[in-house]
Amino acid sequence: MSEREASGTNIRTSTWDGEMLVRAEHVKKYFPIRKGILQREVARVHAVDDVSLEVRSGETLGLVGESGCGKSTLARCIARLYDLTSGSITFEGRDISRLSRRQLRPVRRELQMVFQDPYASLNPRKRVGAIISDPLRIHAYGDRAKIKNRVRELLELVGLSPEHVNRYPHEFSGGQRQRIGVARAIALHPKLIIADEPVSALDVSIRAQVINLLDDLQDELALTYVFIAHDLGVVRHISDRIAVMYLGKIVEISPAEELYRRPVHPYTEALLSAVPLPDPDLSARRDRIVLQGDVPSPVSPPSGCRFHPRCRYATEICTTQEPPLVPHGSQGHFAACHHPLSFSEPPAVSGATAAAP
Amino acid sequence: MAEPLLEVRDLKVSFRTEDGTVKAVDGVSLEVAAGETLGIVGESGSGKSVTMMSVMRLINDPNMRVEGEVIYKGRDLMKLTQEQIREIRGTGIAMIFQDPMTSLNPVYRVGWQISEQIRAHEKVSAKAAHDRAVELLRAVGIPHAQERVDDYPHQFSGGMRQRVMIAMAISCNPDLLIADEPTTALDVTIQAQILELIKKLRDDFGTAVVLITHDMGVVADITDRVAVMYAGRIVEQGGLRSVFYDAEHPYTWGLLGSIARLDRPRPPRLTAIKGMPPSLIHLPQGCAFGPRCPYRFDLCTEVPSLEDRLGDGHLDACHLDTERKRDLRETAIHPELAGRGEPELTEESR
Repeated sequence: MSEREASGTNIRTSTWDGEMLVRAEHVKKYFPIRKGILQREVARVHAVDDVSLEVRSGETLGLVGESGCGKSTLARCIARLYDLTSGSITFEGRDISRLSRRQLRPVRRELQMVFQDPYASLNPRKRVGAIISDPLRIHAYGDRAKIKNRVRELLELVGLSPEHVNRYPHEFSGGQRQRIGVARAIALHPKLIIADEPVSALDVSIRAQVINLLDDLQDELALTYVFIAHDLGVVRHISDRIAVMYLGKIVEISPAEELYRRPVHPYTEALLSAVPLPDPDLSARRDRIVLQGDVPSPVSPPSGCRFHPRCRYATEICTTQEPPLVPHGSQGHFAACHHPLSFSEPPAVSGATAAAP
Repeated sequence: MAEPLLEVRDLKVSFRTEDGTVKAVDGVSLEVAAGETLGIVGESGSGKSVTMMSVMRLINDPNMRVEGEVIYKGRDLMKLTQEQIREIRGTGIAMIFQDPMTSLNPVYRVGWQISEQIRAHEKVSAKAAHDRAVELLRAVGIPHAQERVDDYPHQFSGGMRQRVMIAMAISCNPDLLIADEPTTALDVTIQAQILELIKKLRDDFGTAVVLITHDMGVVADITDRVAVMYAGRIVEQGGLRSVFYDAEHPYTWGLLGSIARLDRPRPPRLTAIKGMPPSLIHLPQGCAFGPRCPYRFDLCTEVPSLEDRLGDGHLDACHLDTERKRDLRETAIHPELAGRGEPELTEESR
């Protein structure tokens, strides 16, 4: 444990020169598994296990990984929708990890979430106007007229017509609902938006619209994003930096382009190579690394490096010692691996970045 | 060309609803040759699943109306009795679905479910069927198949469940496997495993595959031919390379442009398709894609027919002149790369 403590503590995992907005330090979130009449705790799901990272003002940090890797849990810890098991979250220089619900209220203004399922995250019995004005009323934004104006303004901002204010969510398509979710999130001029798979449930053509909208809003409103997605193409498109998670840990964090051009961690390499490319020739040419088996259970994660049972480079040391997150290559690129992929190799040929062997 | 294994001729499927008639499939014709892999791409509501579900006669909605022919090995599946079609399902054509959890029965052991399928089609003992089930699970890459055969579906992960579904689908050696979004619910690494498995089975047994998906990457990876569907019609159909490199329909351009691709430099913006898919109750006059198409002109008020305009077997349903399509294509898909002289073309909407 002490060894783990030493790693990552004071490492600056950021290169962005913006002001620091969020800092997560040694965040752990374990969910108890209870059994029996006494509901005794029999085991724990290690959803997020000692994660440290920073998000700077104005940047977009992408979080990627397979389902169950803890990316959503981490996001919810940052938003304080979950209480941390241990560790701390600092938002704008203030430790928010131990604040009570009441104390959190002013923080919530600055820190909003957009959820994956635009069907489940909007109350079907409320009109769009009420959905968007809820945060405004809760935070006493102003009188009725002021709120009404703000709602109209928001609808326009996200590309919906102000006439839609009296409609119910079911009258909208998936893409439009997601726009409503975005309007609600930006209503109070937040600084940080945590978007948990905001486009995964949408069709391809609509997905591009929503991504472009998020892009535009970031420029217009100087927003900072933590963007979670499992689609590596989408994450690359929107992020400045990307953190790759595996079984509750960050295994690699890097400036976006560099991660795709020169992945250091074998898991990142495999993840990139598994993405199907919409180009038949390239697709036929490249060597795909097909990872064997499934992600192990986070209840009892493997010893040493958690990726070792599926890693093709794994050796003795990987089974016993957990690799620390250390710098590789250019500034701001960190990876946790005993056998980092060589950095002396020339970068992969452009046009086939993901096809690197 | 050899006799196709499956031929769909002018299939129309509509549903009567309170709001009007939904034209889910509106005159789809396609062929699948023995051993080939056909990809059907489209967004939700484009009719891709309904088309293949109707081929299997799996929709039993009293408000549904089906017209057209589906010829499989010389027989019209639409005219068969329930008994006859049941015989073809499984032994002739098998299907796997997106969500393996809902397609498996949670209260029966997976081995039992596979054996049931085998015994429904062949006269074998329970013991023999069970052994076949173990063998099949091994063939689809389930470790410790001997023990896992007696597990329940919830004891398997998503990827493993999809393997079980595939095992079940191939249990009676079908000539055609219809896979409806088989990897959509799975992670990329697991998706890669399942796609490899489907490829292997196709190559080992010569099974033809119809793969329904919305992911152009999956299509590029596994198929030989592609049909692109929009609002219940096929708008483009051709060989894999020709659809990807010489796409003829503006909708296909839009699909290709709206993907955040890993194999190209990051563009400043994605080329989104404007608007949203039309209501299938009130289809637009003429070309269904017209209202969203940046290149629409007067002819588009008439429904374009799916034609082979260049005589190379590549069909498309777009009125634009072939010359003009060639000029527009690159700019439409990658405005940031091509046509530096006229980037305003993509902005030129309606």
